[in-house]
Amino acid sequence: MHELSLCRAVADVVTSHAEQRDVTRVTLRVGHLRQVVPETLVFCWKMVTDGTELAGSELVVEHVPAVGECRSCGARSELDKPVLRCAACGGRDVSLVSGEEFLVVSMDLATSA
Amino acid sequence: MGRFHRHSDGTPHRHDGLDGEHDEHDEHDEHDGHGGHGHGGHGHGAGSEVGDHSGYRTGPERVELLEGILSENDRTAAANRADFAANGVSVVNLMSSPGAGKTTLLRRTLATLGAGINVGVVEGDIETSLDADRLEGLGAEVTLVNTSAGFGAECHLDAVMVRSALAGLSLSALDLVVIENVGNLVCPAEFDVGEHARAMVFSVTEGEEKPLKYPVMFRSADLVVVNKVDLLPYLDFDLDLFLSNLADVNPGATVIRTSARTGEGLDGWCSWLRDLATGSGAVSSADGAR
Repeated sequence: MHELSLCRAVADVVTSHAEQRDVTRVTLRVGHLRQVVPETLVFCWKMVTDGTELAGSELVVEHVPAVGECRSCGARSELDKPVLRCAACGGRDVSLVSGEEFLVVSMDLATSA
Repeated sequence: MGRFHRHSDGTPHRHDGLDGEHDEHDEHDEHDGHGGHGHGGHGHGAGSEVGDHSGYRTGPERVELLEGILSENDRTAAANRADFAANGVSVVNLMSSPGAGKTTLLRRTLATLGAGINVGVVEGDIETSLDADRLEGLGAEVTLVNTSAGFGAECHLDAVMVRSALAGLSLSALDLVVIENVGNLVCPAEFDVGEHARAMVFSVTEGEEKPLKYPVMFRSADLVVVNKVDLLPYLDFDLDLFLSNLADVNPGATVIRTSARTGEGLDGWCSWLRDLATGSGAVSSADGAR
């Protein structure tokens, strides 16, 4: 149900930019820490767009790994779990470099042949 | 931060900090009939043409948007926040799983805060006015949002729903507004509604591992109220393990232990609210959803 809400929000963003043009693909960028299941997003996308001007468009989800930077030792490490801990020194004072992205990156428009 | 380039399949990609592992998106390009044909690379900016070299079909035009998925919600949240500021009201977004004790806590809270502070409550539920009814007669203005009524039975409150509810409150007469969100540990965390602080009610019957299972929610909270502590003697719940899990996902969260049933810890929670209402608290976040 989470993904359903997000798909509605994505559809609103895309529809507002599409201005009635035929959208064939929508690309999202979603950080690892956003607790979003890409396959579920794609499934919900079909439900949300069915019967709308976005019907038939493909949803593509780019996944961005979570990366933290330790304020103690300066090391950057990828966080596979949502735990803010430095892989190098075990420190807990970690700032996020990436992993919280939540963007509509682009839409592809069909061009009439 | 980060930089963009296009892969040979025309997919824009951003590198954040760590070079290395790329994503699963390549597989998607096999479905569109012209994957793997370089799209000629540097089509940045709205309206840029992305060429297709396959020759049998005119390629799509890629329009870069780079717009937050929840940008529309966030604009309305900003409008709510501006209205709150104009009326000198502080607002807390109260979230939890169903049954954690939000409404019971709120009943006691209204009784404890007393007459010195004028409170409004936005009560969010999918169906029924049961919770709103429980808050009547305690001196607070209560307005109800049923998300089933015109909002698609959403499992959370968003900024537009809260905006619609504000008409039911006399903001200028209030010091504090408590937005009691729909009971749910996932969706409400994503939606900024214009609040100044986020508080979570977590009950000890829910299990120590919840911060690791619902990290977005636990990470977004400024304050975690650990409720139903009167039940601790009867449970196997390991409070230290819970606090350690919470610190793993949100080291900066304030923790207050309460029992809405016995009243234990209510003073700490109420003084946190008073500090928020008077703007003197150590409440960290004023920027809402992250």
